Amino acid sequence: MSLSFTLNGQPCATQAPDHWTVLDLLRDGLGLMGTKYGCGEGVCGTCTVLADGQPIRACLVLAAHVRGRVLVTVEGLERDGRLDPIQTAFAERGAAQCGYCTPGMMLAAKALLLENPSPSEHEVREALSGNLCRCTGYTKIVEAVLAVAGSK
Amino acid sequence: MRVIGTSPARPDAWEKVRGRPIYAGDLALAGMLHGRIMRSPYASARIVRIDTRAARALPGVIAVLTAHDVPRNEQRMELPGRMAEATAGAVLATQPVLAEDRVRFQGEPVVAIAATTPEIAAAAADLVEIDYEDLPGVYDPIAALAPDAPKVHDSGNLLRSWHLRAGDLAQGFARAAVVVENTYRTPFVDHVYMETESGIGWIDGEGVLTLRVSTQVLEHFRDVAVVLQIPHGRVRIEGAYLGGGFGGKEDVTVECLLGLLVWKTGRPVQLIFSREESFIGHGKRHPYVMRYRTGAARDGALVALEAELISDSGAYAALSPWVLLYSLVTSTGPYRIPNVTVDATTVYTNNPVASAYRCFGSIQTCLAYEGQMDALAAALAMDPLALREKNFLRKGDRLATGQVIECEPMLAETMRRAWAGLAERRPSRAPTRIGRAVAASFSPYGRMCWTRDSASAWIGMELDGTAVVRCAAPDVGGGQTSSLCAITAEVLGLELDHVIAVGRDSHFTPRAGTTTATRQLLMSGNAVLSAARELRRHLVGAAAALLEAAPADIELAGGHAFVRGAPDRGLSMASVVKGATGQGRPVQVLEKYDAPSAPTIDPATGQGKAFNDYTFGTHALEVEIDEETGRTRPTRLVSCFDAGRIIHRANAEGQLEGGAVQGLGYALMEEIALENGVSKNPHLADYKIPTSLDAPEIATVLLESGEGLGPFGAKGLGEPAMTPSIGAVANAVSNALGVRMTELPITSERVLAALRAKRA
Repeated sequence: MSLSFTLNGQPCATQAPDHWTVLDLLRDGLGLMGTKYGCGEGVCGTCTVLADGQPIRACLVLAAHVRGRVLVTVEGLERDGRLDPIQTAFAERGAAQCGYCTPGMMLAAKALLLENPSPSEHEVREALSGNLCRCTGYTKIVEAVLAVAGSK
Repeated sequence: MRVIGTSPARPDAWEKVRGRPIYAGDLALAGMLHGRIMRSPYASARIVRIDTRAARALPGVIAVLTAHDVPRNEQRMELPGRMAEATAGAVLATQPVLAEDRVRFQGEPVVAIAATTPEIAAAAADLVEIDYEDLPGVYDPIAALAPDAPKVHDSGNLLRSWHLRAGDLAQGFARAAVVVENTYRTPFVDHVYMETESGIGWIDGEGVLTLRVSTQVLEHFRDVAVVLQIPHGRVRIEGAYLGGGFGGKEDVTVECLLGLLVWKTGRPVQLIFSREESFIGHGKRHPYVMRYRTGAARDGALVALEAELISDSGAYAALSPWVLLYSLVTSTGPYRIPNVTVDATTVYTNNPVASAYRCFGSIQTCLAYEGQMDALAAALAMDPLALREKNFLRKGDRLATGQVIECEPMLAETMRRAWAGLAERRPSRAPTRIGRAVAASFSPYGRMCWTRDSASAWIGMELDGTAVVRCAAPDVGGGQTSSLCAITAEVLGLELDHVIAVGRDSHFTPRAGTTTATRQLLMSGNAVLSAARELRRHLVGAAAALLEAAPADIELAGGHAFVRGAPDRGLSMASVVKGATGQGRPVQVLEKYDAPSAPTIDPATGQGKAFNDYTFGTHALEVEIDEETGRTRPTRLVSCFDAGRIIHRANAEGQLEGGAVQGLGYALMEEIALENGVSKNPHLADYKIPTSLDAPEIATVLLESGEGLGPFGAKGLGEPAMTPSIGAVANAVSNALGVRMTELPITSERVLAALRAKRA
């Protein structure tokens, strides 16, 4: 099937087999390897990307779903050579250890901040609760998100 | 110190927030095939027939391999990497790469497929016919020790025993005013790193089989070479950044299967385990049954411990004997106990293979020894903290193994600081009960002394004054690489971003050993420190000649060399390096660090020096329990450890925070649910790990005794950070309920059962 959508700020027109998920499309079709496989059943949140500003599980959603939508992956957080504040906060505050959950985690945080620029700690924890991290215990991740929220 | 102890953003973090690191599953090559492993659905069965003809006939299928295609179908199960001649009673057990006539656990690999697409590989798997015939299995380690139990291996089900003997047990108990006895139980649990086992392999221009894999152990290139019956030098492992390891990528995972598929097809092959395969296909944490009997005198002094530890090794040996040894050495807890008898046994069953997992046998015992401390305190009507403080190991004391503790453990301070961090106790108000407790712990960092462990590192200066560090230390995410950069920057007076660490590669970087056993800061850290100091000597010599000053007066800082007190008369590091080169001085250095070694412990008594040193620390925890639902919610955790010396503060805190939450999952929610060896929950939807909502508020307190064996007096924190967690949870829940909790995980059902039993 053919697909047209906006990917990280640029128009994207491509072909994909019907059975592909968004995760297949990004990794195998478009070579964007920042989006990770973690469980393939929508539980771990590792493959989270934004579709029209909403977090979706790329491993569960069929590629056809992105038609006409605005998709943002970790590769699209940096704009014009400038990191998104969430990226800077994650790096500076030790919120990325092994880094594998980091792309999905940052996009879940980004979706929260788009909707609620000043979340409470509990709101941050709720918004991130679908994204598993095994390294950090979440402390520094939550701190990083709150720091971005507080700096606005 | 300018760099050591601070928290600069890690160099790898800037890449990770851009999603740029190329993990082992992220690389694709032209003509690449996709591997797929067929695994046994049964825990114990005979393989009657395998027919691969239909699968091989499917277009796009390049290889369908069985045991008969493996040149030497055995993976040796011993401590990976460098091993000394003495192994404390050699344990040499093997596991087939592909099962031949019998499968011993659910998930055991039987057939390996390579095809042009993942879809074709899956279709091929559907076409392979495998006939199994049920064999009687054994699923409980105690039942497995019965004389008539089904034998998992022809040699019998008893894999290995260790014994600890100190003092006179009868005399010890005779002095006891109180004796408490409990049996503690822990379950099989999974590492659940977010990145499943993965890799890609190809044959390079020199005919070298190259595997880029997610591994904690680059030295597994040797295992692959042995399996393929080719020279060790013809297999190379390139270590990618890991998406988590926690010991689960210490044993061989994809390496031999991937190597086999590449070698047999001659084409690049990618092999990525699904999450379900990760659950059923790799080593777990050992379940333990621990019977503890502990005696204390009226004043609280511990006088005797008798314990029996039984661990379930699962279907193969893996690292079980060594995991068990860690349990033996830590069985007393960080306490002086003069009279000790401990017998520890690990047993084959048809359960999943158990092997390395963060804390490596030193965590299960913490549930028991810390449970005993609170039980003794109750029996003595003594404050549990005071009881601990009275018995804590101090500098110069001996472990039950006879080993003298040569550093200052700072145990009392870690406990006081952790407890103080909990602040005021809130009153319980029905239906919520508040419970609070501490658990102290000790865990080794660095390998067993008799392994004669070593690590090498190379540092070279570039002509622009930047430094390159080459050291084959896999980075599991804990900041291993960034610590090596920080040490180099500190010694050479460079800015952190002027130090680049490249590659973790069995052929191209000096061997640094495994990222396991909390050893990399100790081992590679010391190797890098030594290389940096040697390189510094050459650079200072060059600068002294250029500045016409004595070497003793030269300082290196901020990327410059200058005469002490005259920073304005400085030279850039680039000028120094050029000067050194012109003067014929070396600007590249290779150094090796050898850990102190000791003879093997006495296998009959456990007497001797098993480890060079230990990391000590305490968790204090508050929990809320809803007595109507039985739900336990940890509300605040304070983790206090002696880090020896903090190399990178945020990394150290990150270890404490992450270890604590991984431990809370183990204590409260995680368990591989097995029915006759078959997992009922090999999915993240059913095997729950803590989310951001489950994790409590965590405070960390890092002390610096400066008495560790690592660089600048550092100790290791990776594994020790998790050790006290399960003891703290069990003790806090027990404190809330007034019932001793002895079995993990402490689920709502167990809490409600405990409350019912108490009322009855």
